[in-house]
Amino acid sequence: MVQSLDRLKESASQTAGPYVHIGCTPNYCGIEGVYAEDLGKHMVDADTKGERIRIVGRVFDGVGTPLKDALVEIWQADADGLYPSPGETRGKADPNFSGFGRSPGDMATGEFVFETIKPGKVPFKDGRLQAPHVTLWIVARGINIGLHTRMYFGDEAAANEADPILSRIEHRSRVPTLIAARSEENGVPTYRHDISLQGENETIFFDI
Amino acid sequence: MSGGSFYQRDRTWHPPAFTPGYKTSVTRSPQKALIALDNTLSEMTGPVFGHDMIGELDNDLIRNFAKDGEPIGQRIIVHGRVLDEDGRGVPGALVEFWQANGGGRYRHKKETYLAPLDPNFGGCGRTITADDGSYRFRTIKPGPYPWPNGVNDWRPAHIHFSIFGLGFAQRLITQMYFEGDPLIWQCPIVATIPDRAAVERLVAPLDMANTVPMDARAYKFDIVLRGRRSTMFENRMEGN
Ligand SMILES: [Fe+3]
Repeated sequence: MVQSLDRLKESASQTAGPYVHIGCTPNYCGIEGVYAEDLGKHMVDADTKGERIRIVGRVFDGVGTPLKDALVEIWQADADGLYPSPGETRGKADPNFSGFGRSPGDMATGEFVFETIKPGKVPFKDGRLQAPHVTLWIVARGINIGLHTRMYFGDEAAANEADPILSRIEHRSRVPTLIAARSEENGVPTYRHDISLQGENETIFFDI
Repeated sequence: MSGGSFYQRDRTWHPPAFTPGYKTSVTRSPQKALIALDNTLSEMTGPVFGHDMIGELDNDLIRNFAKDGEPIGQRIIVHGRVLDEDGRGVPGALVEFWQANGGGRYRHKKETYLAPLDPNFGGCGRTITADDGSYRFRTIKPGPYPWPNGVNDWRPAHIHFSIFGLGFAQRLITQMYFEGDPLIWQCPIVATIPDRAAVERLVAPLDMANTVPMDARAYKFDIVLRGRRSTMFENRMEGN
């Protein structure tokens, strides 16, 4: 016999279910007076550095119906490419930026919205710079384990071309599922990023 | 605390995406293979939430929504530790929980179960783990409830948990079940987990040593998040 590695197993995931908003955005679903504000509602304040943007989109099931009971979370670097996290050792991130956003899909349309800033570039493990990106995590009824994906920016063609992760994806036709087009909506630069759980345009999800 | 990349997730231990016994998963399960992404800073870092964010009653579901009395049902304390796979407590983890009331009814617009709402029960709470990873909250034991899957499927009594560790790669949502509930072994959502041992790890035992006599019983529920490599020897494979 050899010695034991004696490691615990991660707790198994279970679906967030249809009422994830009760726990994660209670004010949004009408449970008021418990928390002053839903977590992850505000990522920026008046002093946050960087270009103000909106990220909007919907999550579609395999039949093409938008999910109305999903919860989408994002995590991203600040305008200088620093994460507001204790795990960030390269410098101090913008104190006026949370880096974390949480959005319930709109109850009628399923649309999620994040008011944030465009992130800077973050290095890959070997020191090369990754293209600016946002990490997303999606849970909902019917999703047994949260789905990790990324959003890259459509107006960063050169950086996307050189990105160490995007450039390594074998099925090139799937890469556009990670890139959001930029437009102006109500005077605000807006990146529209729909996510498909299945089908021809199934979004790339990562095992991270 | 900083650290290296997280241990690879054991996808055979977690439920797969496609589980036809749980019907909603059929059209919501990705069908293509996940693409492996060895953690970069984007996955190794994560948001942290300070203890100052937490209100005094946030971990007391018996009182945090009470209007003119206390909610009806069995008073319980749920406590345990958030650990990593190496058995170390995870301090500063945000733990959020939500549940149905004592009769199995959620406070939600889309909920249609005929059991009544409890005017004094909201059903959400949160807390941040202490230095040793421990947490606790007080609540009412949720009731089981029927749900539209099969014609007669019932969820066992359960509490939903959402946990933020120290890196976004550790993000986890799961459910806690109660020792001795026969519905656990008939539930299509529980059955999405392939390994019985993994299910048993989600079942909280009755913990009589931590009850409050003449007040509340206790259940103990430890949660394990992914562990991580040490930072030593990281980032030296190619260049840099
Ligand atoms: Fe539930």
